[in-house]
Amino acid sequence: MSRFHLHADGTGHVHEHDREHDHDGDRNRGRNGKTHVVGDHSGYAETGQTRVTILENLLSENDRVADENGRRLAASEVRAVNLMSSPGAGKTTLLRKTLEQMGSTVRIGVLEGDIATSLDADQLEGAGATAISVVNTSAGFGGECHLDAVMVQSGMDRLPLPELDLLIIENVGNLVCPAEFRVGEHARAMVFAVTEGEEKPLKYPVMFRAADVVVVNKVDLLPHLDFDLDLFLSNLTSVNPRARIILASARSAEGVEEWCAWLAGQTEREVTQSVD
Amino acid sequence: MHELSICNAIAITASKHAEGRPVTQVRVRIGHLRQVVPDALQFSWEVVSSATDLKDSELVIEQVPAVVECLECGARTTLDLPILACGTCGEFDVKLLSGEELLVVSIDLVDA
Repeated sequence: MSRFHLHADGTGHVHEHDREHDHDGDRNRGRNGKTHVVGDHSGYAETGQTRVTILENLLSENDRVADENGRRLAASEVRAVNLMSSPGAGKTTLLRKTLEQMGSTVRIGVLEGDIATSLDADQLEGAGATAISVVNTSAGFGGECHLDAVMVQSGMDRLPLPELDLLIIENVGNLVCPAEFRVGEHARAMVFAVTEGEEKPLKYPVMFRAADVVVVNKVDLLPHLDFDLDLFLSNLTSVNPRARIILASARSAEGVEEWCAWLAGQTEREVTQSVD
Repeated sequence: MHELSICNAIAITASKHAEGRPVTQVRVRIGHLRQVVPDALQFSWEVVSSATDLKDSELVIEQVPAVVECLECGARTTLDLPILACGTCGEFDVKLLSGEELLVVSIDLVDA
């Protein structure tokens, strides 16, 4: 029977048996009590094992591809924004409004990440995107609940990067996994709907901490909800004091202009940098 | 369920360093702010590793508490909640000392 247990030093692991055993040999000492250097064979003389020290970020392979994506975008002078939220927070509606508002002045490419279907991309049809690329994470990528750097790389292959100023990467709706995976973006934006509850920043700090900007969406519903906006903002700030906060309603278009200005600022930053 | 994604990433890193040699143990170091549930990670490891050369390897998880240092009063606080604040004076201007680790520390190989 597998059993997880935790040691005093904070390590834990599963045993395939119920037997208690001495863990001194696991780390610094062999069974004879002799100290050994990690990577050295002496402590494992009886077991015939070698410990190889790696100390590598386990997302390093993803990050390597993300850096490649970033270089490709930079070569075409495209700024990329990774747009994340839980399902139903309003990413796609906000994106449609964004394209309608600024699609004629800024050349925007959209990379649509979804587990399956092109329903979101279909919603954006005719709204003003220069190009749309759909990545289904279930098509050859194992149905992942997020976009990773390799998926974005494949989506970018189908986009005319030199014809774009801004790439908006609409991640899979999920409040946990997308935050862990860099995809080569320059900034991270999060859409949060007021229907989700004030406590969410405390429950999903990885996502809320990752965001450069948080669009607090569906504020047109506030009069009908018990949602405590001040409490939410205080929770958000305690988890991520740096995030820019934009109150918005993609439905009523409130705050959309401010959001578009933030996006436009992302592309201008690149222009300023290249002039320097 | 990001534990499954994280296990995939662990397997990629461990396999790269194992270079086809049999692995008996993979040790990872994960900070509390990563919100990884050890039980879920162990379960995911059984699923992920069984399909690879890492089959039957043991996953050892070193958990690292989230610790902040206050830039106002200098006190160090180990966090229970992901609220980055000083436990002594309440100041939010703090430096994160640990808690965001996501490392493959080592692998144990069977000697040839």
